[in-house]
Amino acid sequence: MRIPCPWCGKRSRDEFRYLGDANVKRPAADADDKAWVDYVYMRDNPAGPHRELWYHAAGCHSWLVVTRDTTTHEITDVALADAKS
Amino acid sequence: MKHQRYRLPDGGRIDRTSPVRFTFDGKSLEGYKGDTLASALLANGRHLLGRSFKYHRRRGVFSAGPEEPNALVTLGADGADEPNIPATMVPLSEGLVARSQNAWPSLRFDLLSVNSMMKPLLPAGFYYKTFMWPRKAWYALYEPMIRRAAGMGEIGQAADTSRYERRHAHCDVLVVGAGPAGLMAALAASKAGARVILADDRDTLGGSLFTDNVEIDNQPGVDWATRLALELSVTDKLQVLRCTTVFGQYDGLTFGAVERVADRGDPGETGPRERSWVIHAAQAVIATGAVERPMTFAGNDKPGIMLAGAARRYLNQYGVRPGRQVAVVTNNDDAYRTAIDYADAGADVTLVDTRAQDTAPASALIAHKDIRTFYEHGVVTAGGKRRVKRLTVGSVHAEEKSWKAETIGADLVCVSAGWSPTNHLLSHLGKKPTFDPDIGAPVSREPGGGLHVCGGAAGTFDLHKLIETSVETGRKAANAAGRKKRNKVNIPWTDDPVPYAYTPYWRHPGKAGDTHTSFVDMQHDVTVADLELAAQEGFHRPDHAKRYTTLGMATDQGKLSNVNALGLLAEMGERGIGDIGTTTYRPPYAPVALGAIAGSIGADAFRPTRVTPFHRWHKRLGAVFTDAGLWRRAYYYSRHGPDFAGAVAKEVEAVRETVGVVDVSTLGKFEVRGPDAATFLDRVYAGPLKSLKPGCARYGLMLREDGILFDDGTVSRLADDHYVLTTSTAHTAAVAEHLDHAAQVTWPDLDVALSNVTEQWAQIAVSGPKARHVVSAIVDGLELNHEDFPPLTVGSGRFGNAPVRVFRLSFSGELAYELAVPARRAEALWEAVMEAGVNHGIMPYGTEAMTVLRTEKGHIAGPEIDGRTTAEDLGLSRFVSKKKDYIGRRMSERSALTDADRLQLVGLLPPGESGKTIRAGSHLVTDPSQIGQSTSEGHVTTAVFSPTLGHDIALGMLKRGRDRHFDRIYAVFPMRNEVVELRVRDPFFIDPRGARADV
Repeated sequence: MRIPCPWCGKRSRDEFRYLGDANVKRPAADADDKAWVDYVYMRDNPAGPHRELWYHAAGCHSWLVVTRDTTTHEITDVALADAKS
Repeated sequence: MKHQRYRLPDGGRIDRTSPVRFTFDGKSLEGYKGDTLASALLANGRHLLGRSFKYHRRRGVFSAGPEEPNALVTLGADGADEPNIPATMVPLSEGLVARSQNAWPSLRFDLLSVNSMMKPLLPAGFYYKTFMWPRKAWYALYEPMIRRAAGMGEIGQAADTSRYERRHAHCDVLVVGAGPAGLMAALAASKAGARVILADDRDTLGGSLFTDNVEIDNQPGVDWATRLALELSVTDKLQVLRCTTVFGQYDGLTFGAVERVADRGDPGETGPRERSWVIHAAQAVIATGAVERPMTFAGNDKPGIMLAGAARRYLNQYGVRPGRQVAVVTNNDDAYRTAIDYADAGADVTLVDTRAQDTAPASALIAHKDIRTFYEHGVVTAGGKRRVKRLTVGSVHAEEKSWKAETIGADLVCVSAGWSPTNHLLSHLGKKPTFDPDIGAPVSREPGGGLHVCGGAAGTFDLHKLIETSVETGRKAANAAGRKKRNKVNIPWTDDPVPYAYTPYWRHPGKAGDTHTSFVDMQHDVTVADLELAAQEGFHRPDHAKRYTTLGMATDQGKLSNVNALGLLAEMGERGIGDIGTTTYRPPYAPVALGAIAGSIGADAFRPTRVTPFHRWHKRLGAVFTDAGLWRRAYYYSRHGPDFAGAVAKEVEAVRETVGVVDVSTLGKFEVRGPDAATFLDRVYAGPLKSLKPGCARYGLMLREDGILFDDGTVSRLADDHYVLTTSTAHTAAVAEHLDHAAQVTWPDLDVALSNVTEQWAQIAVSGPKARHVVSAIVDGLELNHEDFPPLTVGSGRFGNAPVRVFRLSFSGELAYELAVPARRAEALWEAVMEAGVNHGIMPYGTEAMTVLRTEKGHIAGPEIDGRTTAEDLGLSRFVSKKKDYIGRRMSERSALTDADRLQLVGLLPPGESGKTIRAGSHLVTDPSQIGQSTSEGHVTTAVFSPTLGHDIALGMLKRGRDRHFDRIYAVFPMRNEVVELRVRDPFFIDPRGARADV
C-alpha cells in the first residue's frame, strides 16, 4: 500500500505510523467522564470509508488525515491534519 | 539402463549437442541443455520420483509446471539442502544434485507404504479424532511419530550462504505471463508508449506455444514466440524478467515477485542467486494462462499418469516420449492434441472421451489417424504396481455398479478434465471469481481496480481470439496508465486446427472404483473418500472441507485439486457448482525462499546501527558497548578495572570524588519555537511551564492522554519563544510523534514549530566535585560560578569558534554541567574536556555507572517508567500541576490511578547492609513461603551494587510502599530459587537533600 503524502508524493506504507480514527476531538478539560472515555478509548471500526490519522514518521513528520476504505484499502483522500479549512 | 532411452532421436527444443550431467539419489545421469530436471529424469526412464505425504504411495512426474504435486525433490547437499522443489521448474544445470523425499529406507522399497494398506483407517480428521488424549502424549509421542511418517523434505541445517537481494521497480503496465497472450499484451502496451515489465516463471518465453503444435505467421508457434520475445527484450522501456514468478498482489497494485537469477544459467551472470522484486504498477495485465485438471478415478496417482498437456510438452519441448502405449482420457477437445502428437510420434494411442462423438468437435481431426477410441466412456480404475499398466474403462451411462468393464493396456496415461484459468493474482485481495459453466472453472473476466486479464487466464482458449483480445487488453491497460500512442500492432495470422469444447465430468457415475485411492489432492493425499466423509459430517462448504481434509493446503496450494474438489462436493451435495463458492486464494502463488524475501537484509544490515559523534573516542578508550535501541552506547571502559564490577566502581568513584564525563548524545533533543511555544509546552508537560524564565531549565514529565507517565526529561527556555527539550533515549521517536500530534492534530491553531535535533547536537555531562574547574576551562562567554549559574540555569557560550549550550542539570546527584555542541565539534569537545580534566583525575564513565549513580540518588529511568506507573506512583506529584489542563490530566484523576493500594516507588536494601545480591525483576512478597501471582506485592525495577555504600541497593514498586518504610519484605525469583530478605525505605540512598549538587 502506498499513501500519497501531500508533501512527499506516493510513499510506501512502511514510512508511516498508524494511529486510527481522525474524527475524535479532544474534549474540554471539564467535560464529563463519558466524553473523556470516548476520546481516549472508544473507536468506531467501520467497514468502508474511514477517516484516519497516519504519521509520516520516516518522511516529513506530517500527520495526515487519510480517507481509506477499510474493506479494499482504497485511498480516496489525503489531507494535512493541520490544514486550515 | 540404456542412456536416455525415452528420448526421441530428434524434435523438441533441447540442445542434443550439449549434454548436462546431474545426479539423482546418488546416481549419475545425463540430460541436455534446455531440459528441466523432470524432463531429464523422464528421458532416463525415471518414473518413480517420490513417495506421497501420508500413504507413501509411489509417485512420478504429473505435470510440467509450478502446479506439480508429486515430483518434489530436495536440491543440494551437505546441510545446504533445499527441500520441496518441483522438478518441473528446475532448469537442468551441470552438476545438479537432487534427491527424492519422504521415503525410508529407499524410494523403491519404502517401509511406511504400509500406511497405504491402512487407508480405510486413516480417514480425514483421523488425527484430530484419534490423538486427542491424553494431552501430554501429543507432544511426547504422537506428534513426533506423525511428523516422521508424514511429511515433505527436510531443510538443510547449515546457514544459507547464497546471496540474495531485493529490488523495487515502478512501471506503467506489469504483464504477468509471457505466453502468446502476455507477449501480445506487452507488445501492445509498449507500442502505446507504456513502460512495461513482462515477467514469466519460465526460462523460455512462449508459454503454451511450447506445448501445442500451432502455426503463427506461417511458422511454428514457438519460433514466432521466440522471435517476438527477442524483439521485446531489446525494446526500449520494456523489461523482460525470465525465471520470475509473480507470487502475490498487494494493496495499491503492488506485486511481489521472485526472480531465480541462477536458474537462468546465463553466462557471465554475477547477480545473486535469487532476487525478490516489489513492483509498483500503474496497471497490470494478468496473462497467467490456465492449468489443466486431473481426472478422478481409482489409482489416478500412479507413476505414468500425467496431465495431457504435460505429456505433450515433454514430447514437443523436450523430445521425451515417456511411454509407447498411450491412453488419452478426456472430457474436452484440448487433449486431442496429445493424442495426435503421440500418434504422429509413433506411439500406440487409445482415446477415452466421456462425451459422445458428435459433441467432440476435434473427433474429426483423428478420424484418419490410427487411434483407437472409446466415446462416452470414463476410467474406473488404473492398474499396475510400479507404474500404470492398464486402465479399466466403462460407459458413462452405466447405472451404479452395473457397468461393463473394458481393459486398455497403457504405460502412459494422459488425463484432462478441462482447463482452469490461473486467477490467483486476480483474487489475492479477496475478490472472488465467478464460476463459468462453459469452461467448468471459476474465472474473473472483469477484475477492475487497474487489473486486466487476457488469454487462458480469462478462459479464452481460441488462439486467434486470444491474440486479438490480448492486444486489445494491452492497449487498454496502457491507456488507463495514461499512455495513448496510436502505433499499430499487427495481428498475426494463426492456424490452430483444434477448437475447445468441454463437458463437465467429475468422476465415473458407476461408483465402482475404490474411492480411497481416487486422489483429489495428490500432494496431501486427499481422496474422494475423504471428501465424502467431510460432506457427510457437514463440512460440505469448500472452505470447511478444505480445513477438514487439508485439501489444497500443501505446497502446491491446490492448483490441481481445488476445482475438482468443487465439482465433487457439488455433486455430493447435489447442488450447483456455481452455488457452493470457492476457497480463498492467498499469496504466495508458489513457495518463495525466505532468503529472497530478506534480500541483503541480514547480519549487520538487519537494522541500522546508530553511533554517537563521540564513538571513535569510546573505541579508542576501550569502551565495551551496549545496545540501547539502535544506539551503540559505551557501557563501561574495560581499562578502568580488572573486570566489569571493578571498572564500574572506579567510574562511580571518580564522579563522587573528583570528576567524570559521560556521553549523553543519545538523549532525544527537540527545539520548540514560535509565539505559542510556551502555551504549547504548558499543555504537553504535566508541570507548570509558563513560569519558566528564559535562561532557566526545569525537570518535566509528559503523560499519555490516559494518565499514565510517558516520559521524563528537561525543558530549557533559551528565549521567550525558543525552548529546547530533552527526552529519554528510548522514547525519542515516540515523543516526536506525540509532540507532532499535539501540534498538528490536537491544537493546530497554536503557532509553534518543532524539530528533532537529536543528531545535530553532541552532548556530554561533566559531573563531580571538580566539574566546574573542567567546564570553566573550556567554555568562553559564561560565568559558571554558583551565584551566576545556579542549578537549573541554561546559557549559551562559546567553545572555540563554535556555540556551546551549557545546562546546569544533574542526574548523578553531583555538581554537574551538560554541554552541547554541534555534532561536528564533538571530538574537539571531548579532547578539550579530557585535557582540562587531566589534573583533576577526570574519568569517562559509561551507562552502567550512570545507572548506579542515579539509583543511589533515587532518580527514576526506563525501568520505572514502564507504561504502568503514574507520576504519583513514583513520588513525583510535585512535578504535576493541579491548576491547568495538559495531556493526561483528566484521566490521571481516575480512581484506578489514584487508588491508595497502587504500587509505589521505594528503596530496598538488604538488612544490615549485608552482601546479598538483589536481582531486578524479583517479586516482592511478605511471606516467602507463599509465592504466587496473588501474593506478589510488587517487584524490583532496578538493582545495582553501590560502590559508594559498599552493598547492593535497589528501587522497586511496592503496594502502598510509601507507608511501609522500615518494613521487612522478601525479593523472590522463583526461576532461580532465590529469596532475599530486604528492608523497605525511601529511594534516596545518598544525599537526600541534594546538597552535593548545590555548591
